[in-house]
Amino acid sequence: MANEQSNSANPNVDLKYRRKKNAEEMKHQVISFTLMIFFTLIAFAAVGIEGFSHWFIKPVILLLAAVQVVFQLYYFMHMKHKGHGTIALFLFSGLAVGLITVLVFTTIVWL
Amino acid sequence: MSTYANKKGFGATIWDYLTTVDHKKIAILYLISGGLFFVIGGLEAMFIRIQLAIPNNDFVSAGFYNEILTMHGTTMIFLAAMPLVFAVMNAVVPLQIGARDVAFPFLNSLGFWLFFFGGIFLNLSWFLGGAPDAGWTSYASLSLHSEGHGIDFYVLGLQISGLGTLIAGINFLVTIINMRTPGMTYMRMPLFTWSTFVVSALILFAFPPLTVGLVLMMFDRMFGSNFFDVAAGGNTIIWEHLFWIFGHPEVYILILPAFGIFSEIFATFSRKRLFGYSSMVFATVLIGFLGFMVWAHHMFTTGLGPIANAIFAVATMAIAVPTGIKIFNWIFTMWGGSVKFTVPMLYAVAFIPTFTMGGVTGIMLASAPADYQYHDSYFVVAHFHYVIVGGVVLGLLAGINFYWPKMFGTMLNEKLGQITFWTFLIGFHLTFFIQHFLGLMGMPRRVFTFLDNQGLNTGNMISTVGAFLMAFGVLVMVINIIITSVKNEKVGNDPWGDGRTLEWAIPSPPPFYNFKQLPLVRGLDPYWVEKMEGKTEMTPAEPLGDIHMPNSSILPLTIAFGLFVAAFGALYNMDDKTWTLPIIIVGLLITFGSMLIRSVKDDHGYHIHKEDLMDDKDKGGKA
Ligand code: HEM
Ligand SMILES: [Cu+2]
Repeated sequence: MANEQSNSANPNVDLKYRRKKNAEEMKHQVISFTLMIFFTLIAFAAVGIEGFSHWFIKPVILLLAAVQVVFQLYYFMHMKHKGHGTIALFLFSGLAVGLITVLVFTTIVWL
Repeated sequence: MSTYANKKGFGATIWDYLTTVDHKKIAILYLISGGLFFVIGGLEAMFIRIQLAIPNNDFVSAGFYNEILTMHGTTMIFLAAMPLVFAVMNAVVPLQIGARDVAFPFLNSLGFWLFFFGGIFLNLSWFLGGAPDAGWTSYASLSLHSEGHGIDFYVLGLQISGLGTLIAGINFLVTIINMRTPGMTYMRMPLFTWSTFVVSALILFAFPPLTVGLVLMMFDRMFGSNFFDVAAGGNTIIWEHLFWIFGHPEVYILILPAFGIFSEIFATFSRKRLFGYSSMVFATVLIGFLGFMVWAHHMFTTGLGPIANAIFAVATMAIAVPTGIKIFNWIFTMWGGSVKFTVPMLYAVAFIPTFTMGGVTGIMLASAPADYQYHDSYFVVAHFHYVIVGGVVLGLLAGINFYWPKMFGTMLNEKLGQITFWTFLIGFHLTFFIQHFLGLMGMPRRVFTFLDNQGLNTGNMISTVGAFLMAFGVLVMVINIIITSVKNEKVGNDPWGDGRTLEWAIPSPPPFYNFKQLPLVRGLDPYWVEKMEGKTEMTPAEPLGDIHMPNSSILPLTIAFGLFVAAFGALYNMDDKTWTLPIIIVGLLITFGSMLIRSVKDDHGYHIHKEDLMDDKDKGGKA
């Protein structure tokens, strides 16, 4: 997490390590950010270019959206780091509640 | 309360409470306002029972009856039971986990003021053209056609107070995850803390559907959208789903804290470790989990189809399993214990058969085909009063009696407490037991009167008599509270003599920083563990040092007040009144202005210095 305390007596060692870590982190973020923009472009293109059927466009856009959510959570909101177990538990519980609702609405309300 | 009044002027005390961010004082604020709304809701209940005492009564008109009935349910659930639950949580949970306050003291205060202004807003409808009249469930097919502004008061009032509840829930989640004292692992948390934890998670997931439902309802009524309007292509059933996706977890949000309170009381006064602690934790979590998959049992008769009805019926019945686990664990806790029948323990013992009866009628209602008979009859009214009054209210009364010394430093009178207990319990069963049979005989719920010669007269009369007995019990409790506060005889750390958890290891009421040194927890029931080793206090987990405290602030009140003002503007804006727009703007300016001040002004709190914390003993001990 953000303010983890260093347990090394020599601050420089730690600093070096942290620099390297941060650089890596930055690289991941830039890559996922580029990918996300790319996905968005695809989504726009799929709708904009004529000739694709609805049955192709809708699932593809939804899939791209799902991938973006994962990127958002794992790369930008630090879900891939350690110590996020509780957060993940709550996120997935919320997801479960939401999905049950959607399931019920699609089967018995809107049918 | 009274201790401060002696030292400070009256105005200063009021200001202190308006600006406080201390969880113990916020608990008192919740207790007072929840108690006030409980009395208002109780008065409404009395009017209902007077009207229904005899056939063809004209004590109130049909339309007015609908308003009273609606406000009774809405007030009791949202404005009485919820805040009273929060009162106990605020008073106890930080102490039980060995914390100096909740994680976000400022938000804690904000949550309270949002609830408070939402509640006041809702109740002002009485004076401003009529209260909501479509039942506490406010089904869209009724409420969209309700005249006047009653429903709008309902929508906006609940929206504001619901925001407060959501904030409070999140606050407790973070507090319990992050603020436990060294050694307080999850599986050493007292059961009341566990139930608070699960309940907060339920709040987090259950209140957003309500928020969404209320927003859609607001759009339908104020801006002419048609989400629920069947004639215009909407679907009225959507409101019912959204309401019950919130509504069923909500009933568990109310009952789980009561379960938690009773678990503490059973262990304390049986002077025995809670039987089956880990199965109790498991059952609490499981109830919370299953609570989200059963909401459609309120809608069996709307025509969901046999498959959906069957699935929801089975899921509903499954909840009886973890509930049964709990009931047996409480009984086994008493078994072989050296039981002491204090007032809280009386409530706890009476709760078991009473709540079990409510559970049994619940299972009856959960059988979908049978529910076609029971639905919308007094049988349902009997069911939910057995679980809510027999569970939640008994739990709150027990909790208030049990924790009163910890909150105020005085003991409530035992004799008067027993009078309250017996009159309330007997009155309760008189009022509601007979309603099972009224329902089976065909008396529909939510009717303002009934005809003579239908065999309903005696039952309704008995029910009304019982209601007066309950009212008498509550009156005695109020007198008890007044007498106790006036006498003001202070008690020590552990006034019941058998305290097991951390809150009983510190003075009553605790100092504003709670723990001078955070305590070290060495097992379940940590204070009991120390007592068994012949110690009288907890072992500290840290050396004595400066304590960081948050500053008081009036901003939570102004943030909530701004929304309250804006809500009036929004409400009358529908009538195309020109003065409403400035009101909305002023209200939102107050709210967002206060938020801005909060954001830009640095407030780092203050420190209590180590030297000021040291008493003679500490100085001697250091050497
Ligand atoms: C074993 C557990 C329970 C079961 C199986 C159960 C089942 C049911 C069912 C099937 C209904 C719908 C009846 C109808 O409208 O025809 C109902 C209504 C209700 N139940 Fe329960 N219940 C249980 C526990 C609780 C608890 C613990 C509470 C509250 C603390 C509660 C509060 C309510 C309320 C308030 C209603 C009526 C709502 C309304 O229509 O206004 N129930 N219950
Ligand atoms: Cu339910």
